[in-house]
Amino acid sequence: MFNLPVAAPTPLPRLLALASPARSGDQLAGVAAESREQRVRAQQELADTPLSRFLEEPLVPYESDEVTRLILDSHDPVAFAPIRSLSVGQFREWLLDFATDGARIEAVSAGLTPEMVAAASKIMANQDLILVASKRRVVTRFRNTLGQPGTLAVRLQPNHPTDDPKGIVAAILDGLLLGAGDAVIGINPATDSVRSLEVLSRLLDDLIQGHGIPTQGCVLGHVTTQIRAIEAGVPIDLVFQSIAGTEAANASFGVHLGLLREAQQAALSQNRGTVGRNVMYFETGQGSCLSANAHHGIDQQTLEARAYAVARAFDPFLVNTVVGFIGPEYLADGKQILRAGLEDHFCGKLLGLPMGCDVCYTNHAEADQDDMDALLTLLAVAGVNYVMGVPGADDVMLSYQSTSFHDAWYIRQVLGLRPAPEFDAWLARVGLLDDAGRLRSPSDRLPFTRHALLEDAR
Amino acid sequence: MNPSETPADLGAALRRRTHARVGLGRVGGSLPTSALLDFRLSHARARDALLRPLDAPALADAVAAATSGCRVLTVDSAAPDLATYLVRPDLGRSLAPSAIPVLEAERTTPPADLALVVSEGLSTLAVENHAAEVLGHLVPSLLADGWRLAPIVLVRRGRVAVQDVVGSVLGVSHALILLGERPGLGTPDSLGAYLVHEPRPGNTDARRNCVSNIHAAGLRPPDAASRLLWLLNASRLRRVSGVELKDESDLLQIRPAEPPRTS
Repeated sequence: MFNLPVAAPTPLPRLLALASPARSGDQLAGVAAESREQRVRAQQELADTPLSRFLEEPLVPYESDEVTRLILDSHDPVAFAPIRSLSVGQFREWLLDFATDGARIEAVSAGLTPEMVAAASKIMANQDLILVASKRRVVTRFRNTLGQPGTLAVRLQPNHPTDDPKGIVAAILDGLLLGAGDAVIGINPATDSVRSLEVLSRLLDDLIQGHGIPTQGCVLGHVTTQIRAIEAGVPIDLVFQSIAGTEAANASFGVHLGLLREAQQAALSQNRGTVGRNVMYFETGQGSCLSANAHHGIDQQTLEARAYAVARAFDPFLVNTVVGFIGPEYLADGKQILRAGLEDHFCGKLLGLPMGCDVCYTNHAEADQDDMDALLTLLAVAGVNYVMGVPGADDVMLSYQSTSFHDAWYIRQVLGLRPAPEFDAWLARVGLLDDAGRLRSPSDRLPFTRHALLEDAR
Repeated sequence: MNPSETPADLGAALRRRTHARVGLGRVGGSLPTSALLDFRLSHARARDALLRPLDAPALADAVAAATSGCRVLTVDSAAPDLATYLVRPDLGRSLAPSAIPVLEAERTTPPADLALVVSEGLSTLAVENHAAEVLGHLVPSLLADGWRLAPIVLVRRGRVAVQDVVGSVLGVSHALILLGERPGLGTPDSLGAYLVHEPRPGNTDARRNCVSNIHAAGLRPPDAASRLLWLLNASRLRRVSGVELKDESDLLQIRPAEPPRTS
């Protein structure tokens, strides 16, 4: 036998970009395929690409990018062994095989790099992304247990434009009455200061501890602010940070791996979890690297998957993509947002992350609440760990639309999904759920409707 | 909560504490019809504010009338249509080739001091409702303070940084752009204003000062004009803008903005 001459393989960054399903951010970056045929031809070449090639050809140089170093240095060749000889297309088929269950996917997780799972996602149909992700449950624990089969949790997001504690408490009570808040009660502060963080963190701590609610709080300031607050003795459950897939993009967020490690240690030192020690909360979103001018000519979905490699180094309790937040120059319409949400959830789960999703859009994107219903439904079928609960789906601080408490209850009802078990039991105990697990009207037996901050509003 | 209190009372109590959409009630676990349609109406108004075609001649007339006859030139950005504009912010930051000679013809020797730029941006409704009023308050004060003004430039489908291109072609020392902000559910017609010293392509946003949230229930147009006048005069005096120029205009007496309403 002798080898026929073949065309030189396309460089990986270009191949991944050309193979990406269409989206505005890749067009803006100038890396997208120029025709539909070119895109599918690239997907065919990608399908024939050996997984092992992603270990040999880093997309961003090892020497200049700590995310690349993290990915390659933490790669586990033993976990990789069962799939080492596969191409991307064969890997897709391996994932879809009846014989491949969640445990087998989990067993290879440490052998997967974000580039491998991004590549697989690009050749997959939406139904593949849903089916494979649904096999892989990722369970995390802090004061309750998230991610078990048959559950769907909700981040209660009670933001207020001026951080007014009374307004925030009103939104929290509204969410609790609608069965939301098991993933976290997470406030995006309007002001990122230690003082503001302290006020809001103590508010959450009083509410959660005072009423014995089996959940956790988080004030989503910058990680440096949260570390300083912990040092000042402020009670902080989860430490939050936005992260991205390159060292330069993370630098634009004011973070690096060492700082995140420091944050994790600070959170662990508080020892506030009761059923587990997952203490980190990360948010991501396609387009953040391009937005920071730190994309290295790589498509935005592959870069997003690289952010998950950052997240998994810190055993997070929560990770969610904020899929439509950044605007139509990155994801133009409902179709692109929906696809990206499914890709992000799939990639995160394959890499072993407790993936949630902020199913959302802005008013200058070609999308509406019906598009969000579709993505919410598909993600829940795919086994998403949690979604957002914003009063009436309208975030009056961040000025975008997400999912509501009602939306979350809709999908729990349709698919028979339950809140996190500890939180579920609490809802029943305080009389918010009836024997059939349905919402009940609040009664005067609810201690937290007499919360002082609400009481003086009357 | 006393035993006779109903869920509706609790909802009303919650709504007194925040403009967020709390206390909406539920049917089963779902939204009551009125709440569903209220939301849909807010979103429709925000979308309409964005998608509304700009009547450029009418806006130019309104601006000219409000400023006692300032000349208004209308040019296009490099974004050929709204759909392209939304996904290609880089094109909205550039001018159409046809616009350059139009502006070059207006460059004087010595150049004017200030280029006033208006663009519908992401809310046509915002510029229609507030741009002429802001300029009507601002222009007389600028002239009284000795500013020499270039003709007002209306840029269709512009982004903030188009002020750098307009300003550099006109050769001015300062540029100020008024443009429609991303429409919110409660505030579809919010106007933003950005000023920069030495408008040149490549300026970062760190070099700009921003006065945002200009609308009837936010920063009112006369107050926005006062703040912009203060910033422009301070920028001229100190020859800086952006992070180096702290906004101390709140030392002026400005009526406090009310929080935005959600419906």
